Amino acid sequence: MKKYITIFALFCFQQLNLYGQIVDLSKMLDEELNTNNERNYTTATFKTTRLVNGHTNEQDAAGVLDFRIGHRFGAFNTGVYNFFGLDQATMRMALEYGINNWLMVGGGRSTYQKTYDGFAKAKLFRQQTGKKNFPISVNYLIAMAVKTLKFTNPENKNYYTSNFFYTHQLIIARKFSESFSLQLAPTLVHRNLVEKLTDKHDIFAVGIGGRMKLTKRACVNVEYYYQVNKPRDVVNSLAIAFDIETGGHVFQLTFTNAAAMIEHAFITQTTGKWSKGDIIGGFNLSRVFTLKDPRKRGTKNEDLGNK
Amino acid sequence: MKKSFLIYALLAFLSFNNLQAQDVYFTKTAKLDFDATPANPVEKIEAVNNEGTSILNLITGNIVFGALIQNFRFEKALMEEHFNENYMESSKFPKAFFTGDITNLKDVNFKKDGEYKVNVKGNLTMHGVTKPISTDGVIIIKGGKISSKAAFTLKLADYNVDRPSVVASKISEIAKISVFAKYELKK
Repeated sequence: MKKYITIFALFCFQQLNLYGQIVDLSKMLDEELNTNNERNYTTATFKTTRLVNGHTNEQDAAGVLDFRIGHRFGAFNTGVYNFFGLDQATMRMALEYGINNWLMVGGGRSTYQKTYDGFAKAKLFRQQTGKKNFPISVNYLIAMAVKTLKFTNPENKNYYTSNFFYTHQLIIARKFSESFSLQLAPTLVHRNLVEKLTDKHDIFAVGIGGRMKLTKRACVNVEYYYQVNKPRDVVNSLAIAFDIETGGHVFQLTFTNAAAMIEHAFITQTTGKWSKGDIIGGFNLSRVFTLKDPRKRGTKNEDLGNK
Repeated sequence: MKKSFLIYALLAFLSFNNLQAQDVYFTKTAKLDFDATPANPVEKIEAVNNEGTSILNLITGNIVFGALIQNFRFEKALMEEHFNENYMESSKFPKAFFTGDITNLKDVNFKKDGEYKVNVKGNLTMHGVTKPISTDGVIIIKGGKISSKAAFTLKLADYNVDRPSVVASKISEIAKISVFAKYELKK
């Protein structure tokens, strides 16, 4: 009899034990949520597709159309006669579109040298944690621009291809924290025609830029493009911007020494110097329109990311 | 002694089987809907998460729901980014979860098909804040399959989700949450 009591007691104990193990659903839930076998892509490294003039690693999401207006006034040192540059203006209008989750394209027209431009940007690697860890994002940008200013010497034999410019850029970015991101952008700009015999057709440059959040919805961006084989008569472009986000659009208040907003132009054709007060104020406006409902595409983690 | 050990082992084995196999139900594809569309909407503020986890214990009535904030899908990519970055701060608070109990468990007959009205009481943790929640829901038994369904509202301010004045008219201060879970036996 005693034996059976022992068995029963043991049995009860066992039951309690099991009960204890099974009943803690919140612990089970926690384990489920923590064993995250998905890829957690880092998002919002920067607020928009542009840091100031140059590209960031951000791309328009699939099915999102981005209407962008970039506006640059004149230089501050043109004085009170030009109302510190506000009398002058150059602009770029563009439509940009996210084709899928790794490719975006865009086209624009700048008043600067009456230039048309087109570009494609692709995600090669994405910063991520979870199933796989990868510390940086890498994007590739290819851009082409056509200057349509009338030829300065119409009596010469001019080729329309003389006005073509090409840019190749790798954008290596990392979001270090919620508020701080950095990027490095090795760039090659090819000009089909250069002004002087001594000018080079290919300019190598390295862009370095970063952003620091001031509040949840505002941040400051800095961007500098260093030209490795810089011709003597141009300067490197340095730009600062303040991003202010208001619902469906992002407003960027910019200060730069470059008048242009397309890669080949602001990287290799900037002549203004910050030290002399050639500071050009301006703004970028971005308004996005969702053309395709992403929920019909399935979940984000089915993305074509880096394998 | 040998005999008693055998009896014990048999009992333990049986009990293990019973509890483990038949009483805990589970899903990783619970559907969670979030809706903070205001009365006069400029645009719909709604999202769906199809990757929720829910576990139900038929013996105790213990029920839990959990989801990763980043799995909520919005119509607009920018809205989704803002939801994660500005409102829910999903990198700081990646999960939202509810742990609670069915208070009227005896009204539910898990063996018989039907829809059983239940009341669930528990705690909801979201954006780093835990608050008690009580809501009515339904347990549906159909062909031996168990589902649960509930809808409730919560005040965003209670969970420290701030709506800056510029967007205050575009986002309702009350969010409606609906959940639907179709359970499988936990193996």
